[in-house]
Amino acid sequence: MTATIADAPAKVGAVPTFTVTLRVARHLPGDDGTAVTRWDDFQLQVHGTDRVLDALHKIKWEQDGSLTFRRSCAHGICGSDAMRINGRNRLACKTLLKDLDPSKPITVEPIKGLPVIKDLVVDMEPFFASYREIMPFLITTGNEPTKERLQSAEQRARFDDTTKCILCASCTSSCPVFWTDGQYFGPAAIVNAHRFIFDSRDEGAAQRLEILNDKEGVWRCRTTFNCTEACPRGIEVTKAIQEVKRAMITRAF
Amino acid sequence: MTTIADPKAPRPPRARPSRLTTRGNTELYGWVFMRASGALLIVLIFGHLFMNLVAGDGISAIDFGFVAGKWASPLWQIWDLLMLWLAMIHGTNGMRTVVNDYASKDGTRLVLKGLLYLAFTVTVVLGTLVIFTFNPCPTDAPLDLLPSFCTA
Repeated sequence: MTATIADAPAKVGAVPTFTVTLRVARHLPGDDGTAVTRWDDFQLQVHGTDRVLDALHKIKWEQDGSLTFRRSCAHGICGSDAMRINGRNRLACKTLLKDLDPSKPITVEPIKGLPVIKDLVVDMEPFFASYREIMPFLITTGNEPTKERLQSAEQRARFDDTTKCILCASCTSSCPVFWTDGQYFGPAAIVNAHRFIFDSRDEGAAQRLEILNDKEGVWRCRTTFNCTEACPRGIEVTKAIQEVKRAMITRAF
Repeated sequence: MTTIADPKAPRPPRARPSRLTTRGNTELYGWVFMRASGALLIVLIFGHLFMNLVAGDGISAIDFGFVAGKWASPLWQIWDLLMLWLAMIHGTNGMRTVVNDYASKDGTRLVLKGLLYLAFTVTVVLGTLVIFTFNPCPTDAPLDLLPSFCTA
């Protein structure tokens, strides 16, 4: 077990402690195919430096061991613990409790638009199916060069923003078009297509544009900017989608 | 729980009802049309409003005769025809996307879009017919129904 602030000695210097209520959406599937869905309130004594993930750990370790959620690195890079906190998609490991108005209960729900398996764990498969469909790997023709495929700093900067994606699904599961029927490719798939379409070393841009030039592709984007707001990596997601649209239009005319 | 597919496996077909590919330039052209017609409609609608409400005697000049006079000129026939068609296609396409975004059941979507396309057809056909066949002084109408400027 990693050491948490909760395990630290009581004298943590000037770090203040306070009480918060976490209101967690529970989804408890039974063996007979039925599921119980309810809200559980948990009262916790936390430090000013604690994140929502620390609070969830405290609940799981000290109050209710059945609480289920995903987390891996706990440092905002693996993209496992995206959840809907106080109505907004965020990473639990990057959200400080003190920033969330602890005077009111803090709601924690699974991300929307994907089927819930248990509590805060959703089935990510529809999300990754879209991701696989845009072919997120380098496509080249001809013989493999004997040295690196060179690229200028400007060419690298062209798609720098979209290389930052950690596939946490915060953007896709914040998109109202994705909520409707889950058929839309979703911002994350388009962001990762953008990363290759605008890469000077890649030669699969035409194929990827063809794939996204779909009834359920980039044209379903309504530029509501939910994805840009939700992205924990600060990627300008909506802008990336519009750049893919522009590439398609210049290709078609 | 469904099993998670092997990420290295060839990608499975998208979980959609079996139908022909939904790829193609249709949505692209639709998107471009919305921008182009929107820009054109701003000019057409504000031109229309200015001519009807501000120019000359302004709003007090509008009556049956005013409309009849406008539609006697091919310029206003084409202007109004363009306005009708562009506004109707623009609006219908916009409503179509709204229905697609909010109606998740196939049946609901079918009914709503059916009603939408019916309304579109009726309005466009009727409007086009009126613009081109409008005659303020039909010869076989009773005299008391005709406007004063009609010379028998």
